[in-house]
Amino acid sequence: MRGKIHHERNGADMSLIGVIGAGVMGVGVAQNLAQTGHDVVLVDRDEKILSDALAAVARNTRMSRLMGGPALDVDEVLARITTAVGAEGAAKCDLVIENVTEDWETKRQVYETLDAVCGPGTVFVVNTSAIPITKVGSVTTRPDKVIGVHFMNPVPAKPAVELIPGVHTSEETVQRTRDLLSAMGKKSVDVKDSCGFISNRVLMLTVNEAAYLVHEGVADAESVDEVFRSCFGHPMGPLETADLIGVDTILYSVEVLYEHYADSKYRPCPLLKQMTDAGLHGRKSGRGFYTYATN
Amino acid sequence: MSHLTAQEQILDFVRGRYPQAEIDATQDIFALGFVNSLFAMELVMYVEKTFDVTIPNEELRIDNFRTATAMAELVARLSPTVAAA
Repeated sequence: MRGKIHHERNGADMSLIGVIGAGVMGVGVAQNLAQTGHDVVLVDRDEKILSDALAAVARNTRMSRLMGGPALDVDEVLARITTAVGAEGAAKCDLVIENVTEDWETKRQVYETLDAVCGPGTVFVVNTSAIPITKVGSVTTRPDKVIGVHFMNPVPAKPAVELIPGVHTSEETVQRTRDLLSAMGKKSVDVKDSCGFISNRVLMLTVNEAAYLVHEGVADAESVDEVFRSCFGHPMGPLETADLIGVDTILYSVEVLYEHYADSKYRPCPLLKQMTDAGLHGRKSGRGFYTYATN
Repeated sequence: MSHLTAQEQILDFVRGRYPQAEIDATQDIFALGFVNSLFAMELVMYVEKTFDVTIPNEELRIDNFRTATAMAELVARLSPTVAAA
């Protein structure tokens, strides 16, 4: 199958899929869908974000083989992606994957719009690392059709996701989502709806504590990551991971956990706040805990 | 323009990212154990920007980016004038 777009169509991938939010995750989800033969409409707030997103899809698709993935035809992948400004652009989609900022007010507004413009049968997939799915379902008129999927970054390269039904999510919605994920080449790990799920309850505390080590001057970022790579055998340390995910996204996720559990163990490290304010967001901004070459 | 050869510039860039490692021009950086494929993507961007070349898809293989020597040879294939400078 190397180098070939999958043209087989079955059930779940017959339709146009909406991808809301064209940041790091939205770009990855759109590319993953397109390279597995799905037609996508990628939605964000303005044209500039969307044109940058398409450039990112082209760049990442080109790098696919170098990153250990299949060799892909950039033009074929891009031909499956159209763009639209505003959530109304997803009105004709049967399934929408939402990837906006991990900020409740932002997500709430997006879901209120989607609920108003999409047909009653449209499934809403919440791509979140922390926000409770049942809470998202509660601001729509279709909590049975709202489900969480926590995609990992870079999306096309990661073999598994967390799959999180909310309290009211129907079995039909679960199956439909599982089928789509399978068609995207993803294994689903089932998790009950609990803020942060498995991954972020553990990862965000680790990254936050690693940031505290740097903040307090106990060790520099290289030393923190070196312990995880060389002593624990992790492919990446927590601060490299923070740069990959986005320092701003890490901060939002820790804040969501802090707010949800009202537990001081999730207090965000001031360094994460300062880096976020300073625009030091990691790989995507060229600098975070480390400095990166950008094109 | 820089007085350094393509190989020296590439090596400086790699060493700048991994200051704690001892890396020479023939060191396979992906064999060090802590360099992942994301860095390969950065190397592509660095090489294209620094030497003003576009690496064709068939050359986007990890083997072309394992060592500073391999990357300098790639640059030489794509842009003989840079390599000779």
